[in-house]
Amino acid sequence: MSLAERILQGDTRAAARLMRDIDDGYASAREELKLLYPHSGSAYLIGITGPPGAGKSTLVDQVTEAYRRRGKRVGIVAVDPTSPFTGGAILGDRIRMNRHADDEGVFIRSLATRGHLGGVSRSTGDVALVMDAMGMDVVIIETVGVGQDEVDIVKMAHTTVVVMVPGLGDDIQAIKAGILEIGDVFVVNKSDRPDADRTVRELTTMLEMNSARADDWRPKVMRTEAHRGTGIAELVEEFETHRSHLFGSAAINRFLAEKGARTFMEILKDRLFAEVFAPLEADGRFARIVDDLANRRIDPYSAVEAVVAERFAAGADN
Amino acid sequence: MAERTLRVLVGKPGLDGHDRGAKIIARAFRDAGFEVIYTGLHQTPEQIVSAAIQEDVDCVGLSILSGAHNTLLPRVCQLLKEKDADDIMVFGGGVIPDDDIPGLKNAGLKEVFTPGSSTEDIVKWVRDNVHPRA
Repeated sequence: MSLAERILQGDTRAAARLMRDIDDGYASAREELKLLYPHSGSAYLIGITGPPGAGKSTLVDQVTEAYRRRGKRVGIVAVDPTSPFTGGAILGDRIRMNRHADDEGVFIRSLATRGHLGGVSRSTGDVALVMDAMGMDVVIIETVGVGQDEVDIVKMAHTTVVVMVPGLGDDIQAIKAGILEIGDVFVVNKSDRPDADRTVRELTTMLEMNSARADDWRPKVMRTEAHRGTGIAELVEEFETHRSHLFGSAAINRFLAEKGARTFMEILKDRLFAEVFAPLEADGRFARIVDDLANRRIDPYSAVEAVVAERFAAGADN
Repeated sequence: MAERTLRVLVGKPGLDGHDRGAKIIARAFRDAGFEVIYTGLHQTPEQIVSAAIQEDVDCVGLSILSGAHNTLLPRVCQLLKEKDADDIMVFGGGVIPDDDIPGLKNAGLKEVFTPGSSTEDIVKWVRDNVHPRA
C-alpha cells in the first residue's frame, strides 16, 4: 500500500515518513503528494511569525489547546534554523508543546530550515498539505524567529499572525517595511511587561497609518500572556473573525490564485534546476566548472549559459 | 537520490530536573550535523514514543539521572514495539549502575553510556550504529 493510502486511513507513522521523504527531497514523495492533493484544501492554515524569544511556541501551545477544546484536530509545523556550518539543528519547539504529545488529535512536526531563507523550510508547504490531507482541521505553522524580511509565511497561511514583545525597538522599527506589513493579526505577547502599553500604542498607530488593504481587512493588535493563557480566547476569536472575513469575500480567490501561482513557480524552478544540475554533478563536470571559476578561466554567466543551452538542445532531441 | 539527514530525539523521561547532560549531548549532535529534536524535561514514555514517531527519528537518546532507569527505559522500548516502531533505536545515558546494564540491553536498549563517556564517543557510536532508513 502506498504511503498516501496509509495516511488517508489515519496511519501517523506513514504520515511522518512521507514528511521525511519530502524534507529529504525524495522523488517518490512527489508521487505520494499527487495522491494526497485531492484530499487537501479543507484545513484552516494559521502562520505564526515574530522575532526569536517572542513566545511563538508557547502561543502555539495555547492556541492548540483552545482549538482542541472546540473539538478541532490540530497539526503543527514548527521550524527552527539549521546551522550554516555543520548542517545540524536543534529543534526545540516541542518543549513548549509537550502536553499535546500524546493527544491523538494533535500532530506535531519539527523542521529545520536546511539553508532555505524566508523563515520556513522548503518542505513546509508540503508538510502542511500532508497534515491537511490527514484531516487536521487547523494547521499552525510556526516560522523560525525572524527579523524583518522573512515573509514567506504570508503566501502559505490563511491568517498570518505577527507576534511582538515589548521593548524591541523604537517606533522607527515599526514604520520600516517587512514583517510589520504582513500581519492579519498582531500580538503583543508578554503584555505584563511595563512597556507593553507603549508597544501596543505604537503598533496601533502604525496600522492606522497604513492605507486601506485590498482585502478590506483592518488588522487588530491583541495582548497576550501566553505562558498563563491570558488573552488566548480573544485571540482565537480574532483568528475566526479573520477567517470568516477571508472566506466570505473575494479575497479568498486572490489568496488561492497567488498561492497556486507561487507553488507552481517553485516546483518548476526546483524541477528545472534538478533537470540541469543533476547530470552535471553526476559526471563530474560541475567540479570542473567550479575549478574553472576559482581560477577565473571562465565567468559564471557564460558557464551557466553554456550548460543551459546544451541541456535544452539535448532536450529538443529527446 | 537525495541524502538523508540523521534525525535523533533527545529526551529526559521521568522526574529528575537535571538536563545539563542532555543539552550538551544535543549540542554535540547538532555539531555532528544531525537534526536533534529536543523534547526537554519530565517526559512520560508515552510522550517520548509519540514524538519519536511523529518526528520520524532514526534513534532516541534518553538521559536519566533519577534512578528510575529500570522502569522508564524498558517502557520506551516496549511502547515502540507495540506501535510497530522498534526499528527506531534507543540508547541511554546517565547515572546507571553497571549491574543494571545487561538488563536494560535485554529490554531493548542498544547502548548505555555512563558517567565518563565523552561526547565524541557518543557521536561516534551513533554514526557507527544508527543508519537513517532507506
